[in-house]
Amino acid sequence: MIKVYTSSVIEAPADAVWAKVRDFNGLPGWTPFVAESRIEQGLPADKIGCVRNFRLKDGGVIREQLLTLSDYDYQCSYSILESPMGVDNYVATLKLTPVTDGNKTFAEWWAEFDCAPEKERELAQGIGQGVFQAAFDSLKQKLR
Amino acid sequence: MIRVRRSAVIDAPIDRVWAVLRDFNSHSAWHPAVGPSRIENGEPADQVGCIRNFTLKDGNHIREQLLALSDRDYISTYCILDATLPMRNYVASLQLKRVTDGDRTFWHWESTFDVPRGREKEFDELVGGGVYEGGFKGLADFLSSSGRLPAALPRVEEKAVVATGFGGPEVLQFQNRRTNPPKAGEVRVQHAAVGVNYIDVYIRKGLYRMIEPPAPIGMEAAGVVLESNAPGFRAGDRVAYAAPQPGAYATVRTMPSDSLVLMPEWMDFETAAAVMLKGMTAEYLLHRTFRVQPGDNVLVHAAAGGVGLLTCQWARALGARVLGTVSSQEKAALARRNGCEFPIVTSSYRFAEEVKRHTGGKGADVIYDGLGKEATDENLKALALRGHWVSYGQASGPRDSFPDLTAKSGTLSRPVLFHYTAGALVNEVAGNLFRALQDGILRVDIRHRYPLAAAADAHRDLEARRTTGQIVLLP
Repeated sequence: MIKVYTSSVIEAPADAVWAKVRDFNGLPGWTPFVAESRIEQGLPADKIGCVRNFRLKDGGVIREQLLTLSDYDYQCSYSILESPMGVDNYVATLKLTPVTDGNKTFAEWWAEFDCAPEKERELAQGIGQGVFQAAFDSLKQKLR
Repeated sequence: MIRVRRSAVIDAPIDRVWAVLRDFNSHSAWHPAVGPSRIENGEPADQVGCIRNFTLKDGNHIREQLLALSDRDYISTYCILDATLPMRNYVASLQLKRVTDGDRTFWHWESTFDVPRGREKEFDELVGGGVYEGGFKGLADFLSSSGRLPAALPRVEEKAVVATGFGGPEVLQFQNRRTNPPKAGEVRVQHAAVGVNYIDVYIRKGLYRMIEPPAPIGMEAAGVVLESNAPGFRAGDRVAYAAPQPGAYATVRTMPSDSLVLMPEWMDFETAAAVMLKGMTAEYLLHRTFRVQPGDNVLVHAAAGGVGLLTCQWARALGARVLGTVSSQEKAALARRNGCEFPIVTSSYRFAEEVKRHTGGKGADVIYDGLGKEATDENLKALALRGHWVSYGQASGPRDSFPDLTAKSGTLSRPVLFHYTAGALVNEVAGNLFRALQDGILRVDIRHRYPLAAAADAHRDLEARRTTGQIVLLP
């Protein structure tokens, strides 16, 4: 089991950041790498257990299931059901915390998963920087 | 019940912020609202359950107890036991989290407590604004000021004073000596001043087998971190140390970071280099082997020596009646100027009768004895009932047996400095030392400065007793 942890500071109030990221079907609206997304079976995007089915700009398709959504803690976690990444038991959590000094947001995103040992480095880098940090950077741009 | 929450982002790596915050007694160093603070009962400042007893600069007095401390989760939780403020059931917790984007630190601080009805807003501002937000800024300033480069020392060649064998001062050679880049847990330090101690002579002679020649000697120094591979230190930090591994007689040294402490801004390199070994020894002797209380009768052997003078100064400030042994009238006068009320001149280790006379027949509640094997019977005679005897040196040769203390129900300890500065304790011991220096309780008298290259001359003068006060070497 490996763990990837990425965190950043976004210059916007936590409510504003949460409004962007709480939509489980909203990845195309704020990440740079998702082309399109839908919620399977037409379920609401904030119904626990719903599955988002999205296509990356590079063509890969990923299915992820919503496990937790907390408007109280600004926190969301989900698992991967299918992906081309070669990961098992993948569970990720995105969490926001208000920074009272300057009314900003501390954003954390972490994942735990299993994979072939020789792919650990590449996946940790790809997910930590290529996915989480890239999404934070994009969010910073959009909320500036 | 009100709940106060504040948070901020500090522009420093998490380990650096945590190194300060995990020390429950560090707040007087960085928090602008906090005055003098101490941990009760001499407990370590990272011992869960320990109590910090402090005053705020506005005059209020508070006792707080550490309830939880986690180096894994970077959490410190504590409560108020007593306060001169109308706050009840106060429990606070602070937590750090790593901001991987930019290697910064997110700091969350919150508490719940009760206040008199109608004063909620006032206390939210007092605690959240004055204490928490004031603390964020105070710590950020503390970290950036203690990291400020003092004009960065001029570049030097990497050279060291190496003992090429065991013997006289002539075995000391000033040689080129390359340092390695720091491995994990190590730092590379450029020295600005190096302290000279009599133990350096013993090591050079091979009496203490702490090196295998050829190897550099020297126990203490102060300088600037050039390169760090250890949490809590970064390039440009002003640091000082007394380390268990010899090697301080060098321009640059790579060493484990655990002996290092950050120097307070007001302190100069020469003072730090001269005082770390002897000052931290005086600190643990007076506070940790035995807790000297006002009115205690304290006997300090070699009261005019390096450790002896600092011990006399500090013991007197603690309110003790200080007696000391010295070998000449000149040294008696010196000891007296440094807080030794009753210097006893003796060249034959006869002092017990005098000690009895000055203490109304009681004897010494504690004896600080760096003499070694000599004077065992006299010490036993001079000890008070239930007295404590600290045998910490071996100036007259190693002690191979111990006396029967039954006649006095006495206790004995055989401390070694580096057991009192292990781990996080070094910050506490050095912190007390620095405060005592800043408050003027301790005075350091540097009388002799030699170029590092002339270390052999310093040893010659030291052994010929041509020096008084402290000696530093300057690279």
